[in-house]
Amino acid sequence: MDRLLSIIAGVSILLIGVVLLNIRRAHIRVEYSVSWLGAAASMLALSQSPWLLTQLGHLIGVNNQPIALLLVVGALFLIVFFRFSVIISELKDANIALTQKVAILEYQLNAIHEKLQAPSRK
Amino acid sequence: MIAATGQHPLMILIPAFNEEGAIATVIGELREQHPELPILVVDDCSADGTRTVALEAGADVITVPYHLGLGGCVQAGYRLAFDLGFQYVIRLDGDGQHDPAYVGLIRDTLLTSGAQMVIGSRYVNGDGKHTSVARGIGIVFFRWFLALILRKEVHDPTSGYVGVNRQALEVFARSFPLEYPEIEALVVLQRLTFRFEEVPVKMRARMAGVSTITAVRSFYYVLHVLLGVLVNILKYQGSKRRL
Repeated sequence: MDRLLSIIAGVSILLIGVVLLNIRRAHIRVEYSVSWLGAAASMLALSQSPWLLTQLGHLIGVNNQPIALLLVVGALFLIVFFRFSVIISELKDANIALTQKVAILEYQLNAIHEKLQAPSRK
Repeated sequence: MIAATGQHPLMILIPAFNEEGAIATVIGELREQHPELPILVVDDCSADGTRTVALEAGADVITVPYHLGLGGCVQAGYRLAFDLGFQYVIRLDGDGQHDPAYVGLIRDTLLTSGAQMVIGSRYVNGDGKHTSVARGIGIVFFRWFLALILRKEVHDPTSGYVGVNRQALEVFARSFPLEYPEIEALVVLQRLTFRFEEVPVKMRARMAGVSTITAVRSFYYVLHVLLGVLVNILKYQGSKRRL
């Protein structure tokens, strides 16, 4: 039990560190790091607070603390993944709309260029 | 640049991906049979000379900067047609399977029936030739499935030989299914209580290239379309009316 809590605490600290490092290097935008930092901080808090873990275990009806912890960690990551699926979907929609717009504008721009050049060819 | 002219301005839309072997013939046939109709090819970032061949054949060409897939490509064409004020758009494939000889029939049906969409169907008095076994099975399944949802038989739900009027054009310019759009588009129409009609056409063998729907991908196709249909049903709002 203690080993599992220590591993989860270590993973949480590592995750926080990796996320902060990537924010610093501008690989992750701050608004998208919040979910990861929130999940990691929650994992860290749960792993370091047996009382909190017990209360949570009672709340979800699981008396075994390690299983309760793993369930909560799994749920946290599911929430994070779901949030990013929503974000990716929005970005894809925006990307497609922009791509179509760029293609249409390029077509219209070429047509204007041809129109402008037409008299000069005569 | 193409322009919407005449009493019932109509545009021909050809989505194309790596169709340099067939696109010139398709455009040539269209120009011969319907010289008055503007032709827009939406090139889905082809790796071959589709764009150049289409331009040389006399079509206007939009090239999207990266591969969008069929739905994204068709929607780009619908967007431009809507912005330019076209009343009707007829879409056909660039591989030569859709005989341009039926453009007139689809146009006339659009003008006279009042339906928002007209589908060129190979199974309404047609012979159903030039369909792979996998696609044939898919068509039979979706025919049954859509009959339950639409309460109207669709003989050829996967046909991409489709004409739409401005009402449907407005809807599809805003939102159009990205992958395998034909079946989902029918459900979208039902949601809006729009009508569709089917007219008989004969499909030809593709002149060049290979179909994107292989036997393996057809399984993914079925799952994808079922999910898409389900999502569209869940989105449904308003009162239903029979198609």
